[in-house]
Amino acid sequence: MSVQALIDYTLHLGDNALVLGHRNSEWTGHGPILEQDIALSNIALDLIGQARNWYEYAARLINGGGGKEVTEDVLAYLRDSRDFRNCLLAEQTNGDWGKTVLRQFYFSAYQFYFYGALEHSRDKELAAIAEKSLKEVTYHLRWSSEWVIRLGDGTEESASRMQRAMDELWTYTGELFVPADYERKLSPAGIGVDLAAIRPLWEQRVREVLKAARLESGEGVWMQTGGKQGKHTEHLGYLLAEMQFLQRAYPGCEW
Amino acid sequence: MTANNTISNVISGDKGSWPLWEIFIRSRQGLDHKHVGSLHAADAAMAIENARDVYTRRMEGISIWVVESKFIHASNPDDAASFYDPANDKVYRHPTFYDLPDELKHM
Amino acid sequence: MSAPANEAVFQDKIDQDIRIEPKDWMPEAYRKTLIRQISQHAHSEIVGMLPEANWITRAPSLKRKATLIAKVQDEAGHGLYLYAAAETLDISRDEMIGQLHSGKAKYSSIFNYPTLTWADMGAIGWLVDGAAIMNQVPLCRASYGPYARAMVRICKEESFHQRQGFEILLVLSRGSEAQRRMCQDAIDRWWWPSVMMFGPNDDASPNTAQSMRWKIKRFTNDELRQRFVDVSAEQIKLLGMTLPDPALVWNETRQHYDHGPIDWEEFRNVLNGNGPCNKERMAARVQAHADGAWVREAALEHSRKNAARQSVQLEGVA
Repeated sequence: MSVQALIDYTLHLGDNALVLGHRNSEWTGHGPILEQDIALSNIALDLIGQARNWYEYAARLINGGGGKEVTEDVLAYLRDSRDFRNCLLAEQTNGDWGKTVLRQFYFSAYQFYFYGALEHSRDKELAAIAEKSLKEVTYHLRWSSEWVIRLGDGTEESASRMQRAMDELWTYTGELFVPADYERKLSPAGIGVDLAAIRPLWEQRVREVLKAARLESGEGVWMQTGGKQGKHTEHLGYLLAEMQFLQRAYPGCEW
Repeated sequence: MTANNTISNVISGDKGSWPLWEIFIRSRQGLDHKHVGSLHAADAAMAIENARDVYTRRMEGISIWVVESKFIHASNPDDAASFYDPANDKVYRHPTFYDLPDELKHM
Repeated sequence: MSAPANEAVFQDKIDQDIRIEPKDWMPEAYRKTLIRQISQHAHSEIVGMLPEANWITRAPSLKRKATLIAKVQDEAGHGLYLYAAAETLDISRDEMIGQLHSGKAKYSSIFNYPTLTWADMGAIGWLVDGAAIMNQVPLCRASYGPYARAMVRICKEESFHQRQGFEILLVLSRGSEAQRRMCQDAIDRWWWPSVMMFGPNDDASPNTAQSMRWKIKRFTNDELRQRFVDVSAEQIKLLGMTLPDPALVWNETRQHYDHGPIDWEEFRNVLNGNGPCNKERMAARVQAHADGAWVREAALEHSRKNAARQSVQLEGVA
């Protein structure tokens, strides 16, 4: 196993959490009702906290190789989109509340089984961060499942909005289980997660929730990939342009 | 409360007004649940989760009760005199009423 | 009991610092004034989320981003606590929000100013939250129980807001030339609006006397303003910046800082809708509420369906 693969793997996990956390935080102040504004902001905070843990570990691995000192903020703010390894699902725009909670549900279900497996990683650091994050994700999964069910099995309007959100997002779910090169390297060593093993668990959970929500899943749809290797949808560039603006405009400053 | 909600629905044109819930939180094991405030939620399950997000962000609790506000029945403040004043002259309910020798221990 | 007798009992409780609770008798004017005051405060928290949320996606470090989200989230919580306190006075949150959206209800005009740079997050935390805390701490002893309890909770949470704001400015003040400029510029823009947050001068504030008798206001506007000016004039020294008031000087006789004249014309204009962001702020609130309508409706419909299904199941069992 190479250190580079472990670095890429850790960055991939950090990027997933940061990009989705950032998307969720776009809702802060604009939620459908105060109580849910607070709820989604909590999830954003959890995800950004996870990102910081992953970046902090990645920075340590990188700094171990010598060279210029890297920090969590260097990793978040000074890499361009080609270097971000998050899944395409995470960077998709918020759309309406339905699309946001569905994106969260797909992703939380993935994170739930992923962290559940990563908890047993032979790399103690990965395992420790996964264990801590899993508690948060367990709640995210509960919260987002309930919302998907509520809206799918709510009014006619909410059901049709959810169906539209499914049509938009389903195509980005396949990538979650297509291993990138760094994942393929770490999985047999018992360090990374075997995606093939958690895929049926994810599918089962998604089927159950969609059934309770009375929604049709998008079987047979073409699946987009590329995010894990730095080939993103156009959305990520704008997200980063906004997020990284101050660090780019005033290089080398403390904030 | 319900009538009031209906009126405001007409005013704001909102058909989706979530009912109000009263929230009680046990701050740590061994203590009673204490009323901490209220919030809106579509149902009991959501009320508990909303309470978790609204009222325990700073580790204020380990257990949550929710009651829809319309189900709370309260005593009438006008009855205060007849309800509570009679307890005033029943000092014998309080342990300090009994004058016992200091030598008496473990009581 | 007759009305005058009720009134006497009520005022007597207030004079003795006994809290008034929701079901207690209270004069209609007291109830109305409280609804106005509490809901205005709640609206200010909610509208006040917007200028800061404006910078969440551009916060310059992960730590700042997390802190800012947590802070804006707290403001949602504060709005919620206050709406809930007002709801004990027989008005629904929907009705209050309707009043905000129709322009009938006011909110603090400070939030109609734009947040132009990152330093504004610091200036808002230090000055705007600082002014708000000055106002709020005495209200923890307000005569109306639910209001006072909400304020206790709010003040507990507020304490980190002002500190994080000052820290943002402190870092900028020790940073590059461009950062120091950004810092001074933000202080220049937020100082006077913050001073105005305490409201009109006492001689132009006709309701103050009654509110103080009812103990839903514990100090006059000018008393609180003076306290704020005194504290800020000292704190700014730590930043090595200046407050934009050439007339600001220590008055040995009064043992207070004197300050220059306040531009009440600007205050009235911003209050009456002519501030730089009045329209954007209101549009953002109305839009969020309108966009959320189908969500709130669907959640309610789902819980109705669920309840109906459960009762069918129960009948099946019986």
